[in-house]
Amino acid sequence: MNGISSGFGAWNPIAWALLFIGILVVGFVVRSFGKKDYKRGTGQTKVFLSGNEEPEASAALHVRGRHLYWGMVEGLSGYYRRVQALHTGILSDYAAWFVGVLAVVFVILVLVR
Amino acid sequence: MNIGNLPFVVAALLVAFGIYTFLYKRNLIKLVIGVSLVETGVNLFLVALGYRTAGIAPIYTFAPAAKQMVLPTPQALTLTSIVIGLATTALLLSFAVFIHRHYGTLDVRKVKELRG
Amino acid sequence: MTALTQHAPVLLIAIPLLGAFGVPLIGKLGRGARNTFVGLIALLTAAFAGLLAASVFGAAGAPSLYVLGGNGFGVPLPSGMSIPIRIILETDGMSAFMALITALITLTGAFFSFSYWKDRSGGTLYYSLLMLLTAGIFGMELTGDMFNFFVFLEVTSIAACGLIGFRVWLKTSQEAGFKVMALYTLSGLFVLLAVGLLYGQYGGLNIAYLASALTGSTIDVVALGLLLAGLALKAGAVPLHMWAPDAYGEAPAPMSAVLVANSQASLYGLFRILFTLFGLTISVAALGWILIVLALLTIFVGVTMALIQNDIKRLIAYGAVSQIGYMLLGVGVGLAVSVAKPDYGFVAMQGGIFHMFNDAACIGLLFLASGVIVRATGTRDLNQMGGLAHSMKWTSVLFLIGAFALAGVPPFNGFASKFLIYEASFKLSPFLAVVAVLSSILLLAVFVKVFQAAFLGARRDGLPAEVPIGMMVPMVALALVVIVFGLFPGFFVDKIVTPAANALWYGRDAYIGLVLGGG
Repeated sequence: MNGISSGFGAWNPIAWALLFIGILVVGFVVRSFGKKDYKRGTGQTKVFLSGNEEPEASAALHVRGRHLYWGMVEGLSGYYRRVQALHTGILSDYAAWFVGVLAVVFVILVLVR
Repeated sequence: MNIGNLPFVVAALLVAFGIYTFLYKRNLIKLVIGVSLVETGVNLFLVALGYRTAGIAPIYTFAPAAKQMVLPTPQALTLTSIVIGLATTALLLSFAVFIHRHYGTLDVRKVKELRG
Repeated sequence: MTALTQHAPVLLIAIPLLGAFGVPLIGKLGRGARNTFVGLIALLTAAFAGLLAASVFGAAGAPSLYVLGGNGFGVPLPSGMSIPIRIILETDGMSAFMALITALITLTGAFFSFSYWKDRSGGTLYYSLLMLLTAGIFGMELTGDMFNFFVFLEVTSIAACGLIGFRVWLKTSQEAGFKVMALYTLSGLFVLLAVGLLYGQYGGLNIAYLASALTGSTIDVVALGLLLAGLALKAGAVPLHMWAPDAYGEAPAPMSAVLVANSQASLYGLFRILFTLFGLTISVAALGWILIVLALLTIFVGVTMALIQNDIKRLIAYGAVSQIGYMLLGVGVGLAVSVAKPDYGFVAMQGGIFHMFNDAACIGLLFLASGVIVRATGTRDLNQMGGLAHSMKWTSVLFLIGAFALAGVPPFNGFASKFLIYEASFKLSPFLAVVAVLSSILLLAVFVKVFQAAFLGARRDGLPAEVPIGMMVPMVALALVVIVFGLFPGFFVDKIVTPAANALWYGRDAYIGLVLGGG
């Protein structure tokens, strides 16, 4: 109806939205088959962590932004060490990159013609 | 006397000196001087584009007849460029003053709190 | 109405200039008068941009000409030949598209500033610089003359750096202002050198005239290299991007979005030069692949550097840098195959150009939301925020919409343009599509990090209140644009993106013929 199409694929967001709503409705219907007679606030609704005590949610438990992707940054630490070292913050280095890219572009363009 | 390509060579040298100054000097004011050198080189290049050998100034009033005039358009371009250069140099220098006030130094290798 | 439409290109430049020089005068009358004046100017500018777009897209993207200061632009020489010598504003589909983007971003930026800058001093100069920047960006997008392009490029550089270093009491903003001004000036000087080279070789400054006169000589190649490097620096392509996090991070929040529009205008200038000025006189395959390599570097380095930032505005700035890479990728794929012109090349152009609009809307929304967060919590450090979603519900929803849209999650508009880029670049080389898709996923990870750090978390004492209505309305407007463009992409791609892509892909002869064919 109003979708866009590349040469070999199509995307119709209205159809996607209808499908998404349909799936939500199916999920809601399945949820309504559940038990309704449970007691809130007792052990029936508490999270179960292998029987361990779960601490109360507080600001001290909040995972800070720095630590959220620790594993991924550690895994790519070789890349990050080199690339972050290149971002020196010194203005002369920025201009050196500019002159360098200019030189490379000239070399490529002169080689090609 | 035919000056040949001398203005263009000088303009290229000025641009080269300006880039060298910008890359290798430490003081922020020297970096601004480097930018100013590049700008002077480009302005000289623009004016030299319009020069015709033994040409006179491009003014019609009281112009001697049958004489070739230099091109006026590059002169207009250069004037515009000089004015733009004035504004950029003024802004750069005022930023340098504020940097000195905040950081206490004008060394470009020490003014790197924004990095990474 | 037709007289207004006819004069719309020059009014788009003149009205913000009038605003820039009138704001200090009207500011003497008080804050209310000044804000009303600025709002009026912003609304008038947006209205004229809409008029211009309606007239250009209504004519299926045919270029239209506006001569400054005369009826015709040619001066007939005694030999009978006519050289175009006046400054012209030539508007085709791509220019009108960019004008729409600029109008949206400056309108929302100005209205957000009314509330954001309410209880601070210096507002008059702030709005004056904003109007000057707007005038410069419109000038860059509508002009048909190379030196005029350089002049407006420098106007935007000066106004942008004035806005970056505006808060002179902040230490890092002065450093950012100096660095950005020095780099902008250097790149502008190289652009001027290239314009001088072309003028000296061919004797004209008009883009259409130069396009018809260009051969592929060494001088042209040198000028092309200078223009490519200079404009790529202003657009923020890696490895020339290092000023961008400083600039977008230190400017006041609504101005960061306008600075992104400034970078997109330089990107437009690069595309105009590559497609219309040089066309097929140079080796488009080599140039296209240079753009593609720059694009891949930009996409990957931008998003990976964003992952490790601790400062919220710098993080979103790296995200903005990364998205510029998508635009370069789409148009680079189109340029690389523009000799044979297969179908997927046009689809890639559509994707890249559509992404310029989508990115402007999403990044605008994200920068405005980050301004709200910084104002509310008083800090820019992600490690010290938390739990904002308990009290700032609207802001968290709007931030989520912007983040999902930028990362290319359906059904928002980012997915529509990225879908086109993925599919078309896959046809050229599968590696391009792999890098693009992976980086989109990484960008989603980056915004999950921001959302978790700032909004999620337990309720604590002293949570800030929800933002006032003045800051909410521009954000809601941008979010509506994001949602509408996401739900109806076909309509917008047909009506505004395809004429813009046509203007670059097929429109070189029409562009030249409008100036040289007539007189």
